[in-house]
Amino acid sequence: MTKLIIPLLALVALAFAPNFVSAYGLGLLIGAATYVTLASAWALFSGHTHYVSLATVAFYGTGAYCMAVLNEALPYWAVLLCAGGIGATMAALVGLSTLRLQGVYFVIFSFGLAELVRQLITWYEVNVTGTLGRYIFLDISARDIYWQMLALGAATIALTAWIHRSRLGMALRVIGDDEAVAAHSGINLARVKLIAFVLSAVILTLAGAITSPRYVYVEPAIVFNPTVSFLTVIMALLGGANRLWGPALGAVPLFLVFEWLSTNFPDSYPIFMGLLFIGVVFLLPDGILAGIEKLRARRKVQS
Amino acid sequence: MKRFTRRTSICALSFTVASAITLPAVPAVAQDDTISIGYAVARTGPNATGAGITTIPNYELWVDTVNKSGGLTMPDGSRRMIEVVEYDNRSSNEDLVRTIERLASQDEVDLILPPWGTGANLAIAPLMARFGYPQLAVTAVTDKAPEFAARWDRSFWMLGGGHDYAAGLVDVLSTARDAGTINDKVAVVSVADGFGIDLISGARPAFEEAGFELVYDESYPLGTSDFAAIMSEAQGSGADSFVAFSYPPGSFGMTKTAQSMGYNPKAFYISVGGAFPIYPGIADGKAEGVMAIGGVNADSPAIQEYFARHTEFVGNPPDSWASAITYASLEMLAQAIERVGLDHEALATEISTGTFDTVIGEVKLEDNQLRDLWWVGQWQGGAFRAINPADAEGASTPIIPKPEW
Amino acid sequence: MILTTLILGLVLGSTYALLALGLTLQYGIARIMNLAYGELTLVGAFVLVAVFQQLGLSPLIAMILIAPAGYALGWFLYQGMMRPLVKRSGARGRLEVDSILATFGLLFLIQGILLMLFGANFTSISYLDRGVNVLGVSVALNRLIAFGICVVAGGALVLALAKTRWGLIMRAVALTPGSAPLVGIDVNKVARQGFALGTALAVVAGASIAMYQTFSATDGVVFTMKALVIVIMGGVGNVKGALVAGIALGLLETFVATAIDPGLTLAATFAIFLVVLLWRPQGLFGAR
Repeated sequence: MTKLIIPLLALVALAFAPNFVSAYGLGLLIGAATYVTLASAWALFSGHTHYVSLATVAFYGTGAYCMAVLNEALPYWAVLLCAGGIGATMAALVGLSTLRLQGVYFVIFSFGLAELVRQLITWYEVNVTGTLGRYIFLDISARDIYWQMLALGAATIALTAWIHRSRLGMALRVIGDDEAVAAHSGINLARVKLIAFVLSAVILTLAGAITSPRYVYVEPAIVFNPTVSFLTVIMALLGGANRLWGPALGAVPLFLVFEWLSTNFPDSYPIFMGLLFIGVVFLLPDGILAGIEKLRARRKVQS
Repeated sequence: MKRFTRRTSICALSFTVASAITLPAVPAVAQDDTISIGYAVARTGPNATGAGITTIPNYELWVDTVNKSGGLTMPDGSRRMIEVVEYDNRSSNEDLVRTIERLASQDEVDLILPPWGTGANLAIAPLMARFGYPQLAVTAVTDKAPEFAARWDRSFWMLGGGHDYAAGLVDVLSTARDAGTINDKVAVVSVADGFGIDLISGARPAFEEAGFELVYDESYPLGTSDFAAIMSEAQGSGADSFVAFSYPPGSFGMTKTAQSMGYNPKAFYISVGGAFPIYPGIADGKAEGVMAIGGVNADSPAIQEYFARHTEFVGNPPDSWASAITYASLEMLAQAIERVGLDHEALATEISTGTFDTVIGEVKLEDNQLRDLWWVGQWQGGAFRAINPADAEGASTPIIPKPEW
Repeated sequence: MILTTLILGLVLGSTYALLALGLTLQYGIARIMNLAYGELTLVGAFVLVAVFQQLGLSPLIAMILIAPAGYALGWFLYQGMMRPLVKRSGARGRLEVDSILATFGLLFLIQGILLMLFGANFTSISYLDRGVNVLGVSVALNRLIAFGICVVAGGALVLALAKTRWGLIMRAVALTPGSAPLVGIDVNKVARQGFALGTALAVVAGASIAMYQTFSATDGVVFTMKALVIVIMGGVGNVKGALVAGIALGLLETFVATAIDPGLTLAATFAIFLVVLLWRPQGLFGAR
């Protein structure tokens, strides 16, 4: 029971947090919630299968674009629905054709996908609609965005928890261990991978749609920023991508460290960030959670 | 083991979140005897180049100049020094929005200076309006400026819109065509992003109306580094005028490509980057006659003095388009503070209605926009001189045809 | 018209191929997925400009000095940073993730240092910018030089890999790193050589780019991306494949720009890349 109560209490506390913080504090909460959502959604597919996807921003940016294109034509909830649908369709199409790629080929493919989507949208806007920048003038407060993102993040983690226990999660784990074994044990590889990929993509797309009203002006170069993809991967891996709370635990501290570095060392923050990354890879190779466990195990042995 | 992990995770999570909320403020910002001014400009990422040329040097130069002279003058005649709170927005609008929230709600700075770029200025406009800060958006070129000025009444748009620049260019070229110097064919390329599209969609009807024929009209993606194919198409198009609505990498690349392939159109126009101090070096000393966006009245003593001061402080001269306007916007701010103090509402009203004496001459905004701008400039005798609007005071006469490379 | 497209495309393609050679060696032989590759090319570019402007050294001579310096840099990077990662990873997948993470950190580190040293401004030099008539098409001399460097470096590599004992060892490690030690090959040494040689090629490519293109400290990602696309298309670790794929990409971009729409050049690049990945994931010239 405690397993459920603590997260629920934390969620309630977080939901009331905006009452006690400044606008900047709220901004931090939104940023942290966004990256927790992105990293958890990424890990939903990649955590067990070990398919490192750099397509996060392809979906995230598409979500933002849906909001920009549709926000004047449709009510807000309908736009979210559309965004989710478009994300799912895109993921299904891409997934059907690409999930047989393995290892680094999938990494590069997913990266190329984000660029292709960006180039195609640019070309379409320039040649067909004749405008490139789009505006989102929605009457949504930062609090609303925070609550929506918090809900999406919580839903993602809940979904992950459910999948971990379900047959789907079992199948994903087997696939991650050895695809040949998985195929022989009767797992429908394509279907299992596709389901996880689509679920993850829908969440990523929704996250993009929800945050986009915060920056008013949407342009492909702005929303398809590849850094988002990289950050998501790093955050999930830092925490431990195959654990339920791993991505969240990687996302929050890393997000705060970035913020702290860029406010205190605006000139030299990339250097610190680079060193930090390298340090993490060398010192916490399996993520923070595994690191803590190892440390605890060592203490146990000593005592 | 598993249980432990879960509990630690949650504890750790809530701890970090809690510490995020209570992060200590930057100490000693809001002292009474100083004026704190904050800005979040791109130090890293794709916007860093633009910000590094136009925005950051001018902010630093202005703060240095003001503080060396004893600080900003308040309405009661007292002087207060400027204290700067500076952050990096990492060229990401998400980070930018959060940093503005930090400046306004945590650091509680007295004034916020805008970031570099159209998208960035739009991204912060609703926030600036909500917190009540006046926003002197200089490096934002948008045709929707009147709309934005009406939407956020403390925002000021000071660099015109795409169709202004396009109309200015068409004006220059029609004059040359009417004089029989160039034919009525134009080859035009545009970068596929908000800026390039604004300009080309303003230019197409303007060229047509003036009786020009666009014999080559293509856009190229942001990030294109090779222009050999584009330039050779333009060269073969039979147009006397080559027009590029481009960003610095494109402007520079096209110049070099045109030179190396011996493409000598009678009118050669590029956009952002053409007015940069490094341009003559990139053109291998053969910039004479190249037209570009912007321009300054190079004969004005105020501009000459500003260029000299900038060169001394930063190490290189400013660009001849938005730099002087950025600096002028800061001078306006200082003069407005001297007249009405730091109250945001009074300050915004003063900036909107007052008349100011700046390096670009006397400035008075119309509907929160600076309209008295230079649309086209040209390299003449080693200086980038404004040539359009031709009837404005200080305009130089265009050199068309451009001498061969 | 076709001839123009062909010549411009070849010249452009050769610069792409040169850019990709180093990465294909680093990934093919040392098995390091180097995301900081573009930053390494930028180091070469900035050093060339600095040497040219401060010391007045001719870029061509400077390049001869930059290449061994790049080799040394790569040697130390591998020994100091990559080697521990290789050592601790048994299986292949592990090293991939680790190297992506570590080199992503390296990317920021180098970018930060470049920003501190050279600032965020656009950098450019003018060197041999005059046009040369090649079969009636005017091509910049500095681009022809880059073409020459690509042909020399690529040709030498292809020959060395195919004909020498050193090349045989390199290929053995690239194909089966697991069993290479069984025949007495010091895999660590070979991987280090591969990585260092790749870095040397990266800085040379950067230096040759500096001769004809404007660049800034934040451009590294663009170069990494181009190089990655070519490496994958050519087949990982396949030098010949990288050469052909690079040139093919240059031809494709030029063809799309002249015959279809310059706005679609980058989209076409990625579309072709994705098609190749799906159709032949081992690359156009890779063996299954």
